[in-house]
Amino acid sequence: MELADIAIKFGLIIIIFLISLVIAMYSTYAERKIAAFFQDRVGPNRAGPWGILQPLADGGKMFLKEEIIPTNATPFLFIVGPSLAILTACIGSAVIPWGQNMVIGGKVIPLQVTDINVGILYIFGVVSLGVYGVMIGGWASNNKYSLLGAIRAASQNISYEISMGLSIIALLLVTGTLSLGEIAQQQHGWHWNVLYQPVGFILFLVCAFAETNRTPFDLPECETELVGGYHTEYSSMKLGFYLFAEYINMFISSAVMATLYFGGYNYPGMDWVAAHVGPIAGPLIGTAVFFAKIFLFIFFFMWVRWTIPRFRYDQLMDLGWKILIPLAIANIVVTGVVITLLN
Amino acid sequence: MSTFYFIAFLSIFFSILVISAKNPVHSILYLILTFFTFTIHYILMNAQFLAIVNFIVYMGAILVLFLYTLMLINLNKESEPVKPFMVKIAAVFGGGILAVALVSSLKSLGVSDPVVLKNPELGLVKNLGKVLFNEFLLPFEVSSVLLLSAMVGAVLLATKDKETKATI
Amino acid sequence: MESLSNKKKQLTVKPLNFLERAYLPAIVSGLAITMKHFFKKPVTIQYPEQKREFSENFRGMHSLKRDENGAERCTACGLCALSCPAEAITMQAAERQKGEENLYREEKYAAVYEINMLRCIFCGLCEEACPKEAIYLDGDIVPSDYLRKDFIYGKDKLVEAPLNQ
Repeated sequence: MELADIAIKFGLIIIIFLISLVIAMYSTYAERKIAAFFQDRVGPNRAGPWGILQPLADGGKMFLKEEIIPTNATPFLFIVGPSLAILTACIGSAVIPWGQNMVIGGKVIPLQVTDINVGILYIFGVVSLGVYGVMIGGWASNNKYSLLGAIRAASQNISYEISMGLSIIALLLVTGTLSLGEIAQQQHGWHWNVLYQPVGFILFLVCAFAETNRTPFDLPECETELVGGYHTEYSSMKLGFYLFAEYINMFISSAVMATLYFGGYNYPGMDWVAAHVGPIAGPLIGTAVFFAKIFLFIFFFMWVRWTIPRFRYDQLMDLGWKILIPLAIANIVVTGVVITLLN
Repeated sequence: MSTFYFIAFLSIFFSILVISAKNPVHSILYLILTFFTFTIHYILMNAQFLAIVNFIVYMGAILVLFLYTLMLINLNKESEPVKPFMVKIAAVFGGGILAVALVSSLKSLGVSDPVVLKNPELGLVKNLGKVLFNEFLLPFEVSSVLLLSAMVGAVLLATKDKETKATI
Repeated sequence: MESLSNKKKQLTVKPLNFLERAYLPAIVSGLAITMKHFFKKPVTIQYPEQKREFSENFRGMHSLKRDENGAERCTACGLCALSCPAEAITMQAAERQKGEENLYREEKYAAVYEINMLRCIFCGLCEEACPKEAIYLDGDIVPSDYLRKDFIYGKDKLVEAPLNQ
C-alpha cells in the first residue's frame, strides 16, 4: 500500500468518526425535538436559534458534572464498561459502504474503510460484543438494579441476535455474498433487497430495535422498574458515553439496514444522474441519498419510541423465541425453495 | 512472526490469569480476552470466517451466558465451601501426574517441518463453504444432528410439567 | 340483580383475532396517530415572553390603590391584617403631616405596609375586609426569588404607580 492510500484511508476513518459522533450528538437534539412535536410541544429552543446549540450545552454539562465511583464498585471495570460500550459502537462503521468508488485524477478512492469478505458477520460480531459494555458496567457498579438491567440486556441481546442472524441468512441466500460492498453494488438502481425480502426486513428491523435497546425493547433501562437500569450508578461523562453509545448504535444500525435492505447509496435513475453530473458529483449524490435513508431510519426509531409503550419482560421473550425465530426459519425455508425453483 | 509470538504470549498470559483470578467474574473476563487473542490468531492465519465465527459464537454468545450465570450467583468469600484436607492432597497429586505427563510428552516431541497450506485462501468463506459442503458434507450434517439433539434436550429440560402446573 | 337504571352494560372479553394478535396493524395505527400530532400546532405558551390570559376572578399579587387624585387610599386600619388567615400582613401607622394631603387621603396612613408572599395564600379576604377599597389582588403572579427575605414585599412594590407620571 502506498503512502497516499494510507493517508486517504486515515482521512476517511477520521471523517466517518467525526460524522458518526456529530450525528449521535444531534440525535439527542433530534430526539427531544421530535418527541416534542409528537406531543404537541415545542422542545428545546433556548440554546441558540431553535435550540440548535442544545447538544453542546448538554455535552458541556456532562463534562463538568461530578465524577462518582461508588465505594463498593470495582473501579477498573466501572471505567471499562462505558469505554467498551462506546468503542464497540464506533468500530461498527468500518465495513459500511458510504458511497460508490470515486475517481479523482485517475485514482480510485473507495468510500468504504475496508471491504472484508465477511462484512455482515463483522457487524454481527461487533453488535454481540456491545453487550459486554452494558454487562460489565452493570455488574461493576455493585447495585442490584444495575445488575438486573445488565442481565436483562444480556438475555435480550442474545435472544434477538438469533433471529437477527436467521433473517440475515435469508438475505444471504438472495445476495450470495457476505461483503457489504458487494451487497450494495448488487442493488443497483431500484433492485433493493427489501423487495425480495420484506419479511426478513421486518424481522431485522424488530431485532435492530431490540439490539439497540430502543423502545419498545428498552427494558435494560426501564425507569419504572429498575431506577435507571444498568447506568443507575453512573454520572458525568461515563453516563454520557452510555447514552452516546446508544445513539451511535442507532446510527450504525440505520446505516446497516439502509445498506442491506434499502439499496445503500443506490437510487432509481442513478445512471442518468451520474452521466450528467460527472464522476465526482455522482457518487457524492449517492452518499447524500444514503444519508437521507439513514436519517429516515433514525426518524423511524424515534417515531416508534414516542408511539409504542414498553413490552413486559415475558412478552419480550415470547416475541423473540416463539414468534420471531420460527418466522425467521420459515422465511429461510421459503426463500431457499423459491431460489431453487427459479434456478 | 513477531506478531504471532506476541499474541501467543498474550493468550498464555491471559489463560494463566483465568485460572489464577480470585473473582470468578474477573476470571471470565480474562477468558474473553483469551478468546479475543484466539480470534487474532485466526486472522493471522488468514482464516477470516473462523475468526469471525469464533468472535461471534464464543465471545458474543457463550461467554455472555457464562458471565450471565456467574453474575447471578452470589459468590462471596463467606459462601465459599471449605475444601477438606484430603481433597487438596488429591488435587496436588492429580496436578503432579498431569505435569509429569506433559513433561514426558514434550521430551519425546520432535520439531516437525512447518505446515504449508496448499491454498492460502482456504480460510475465506467461499472456499471453506465449498470444502464443507462437498468433501465433508456427511460429518457436517452429522454434527448438526448432534446440535439438534442437544437443543431438543434443552427444551425438554426447560419445559414445565403440565400436571404440577395444573395443581397450583 | 336487575338493573333499575337500565344503564348496565354487559361486557364480554372476546379473544383477539389474528390481525389483533399480529400486533403490527395496531402499531401502524398508533404510528399514524402520532404522525397526526407531529403536524399539529404546539400548544405550548412560551411563558416569560407570552402570557396566558388570566380569568376574571384571578387573584394575583396585591396592589395598594390610589384614589382619583393620586393619593393613597389606605388608612392603616389593620382590618386586612386582622382578617388574614395566614398572618401575612403587617403595618405601621403614621399621622399625615401638613402638605401631604395629596399623598394620603385620610389623616392616618400606613408608613410601613408589608406582605409576606410566602405566607400569603391569595384567599382575597383582605380585599373583602378593606373598608377603603385600598387593596386588591389584581396583579400578576408573584415572581420567584432566591432568598426568603426577598419575598417580604414593602410599599415600594405594593403601591400602585402614581397617576399621570
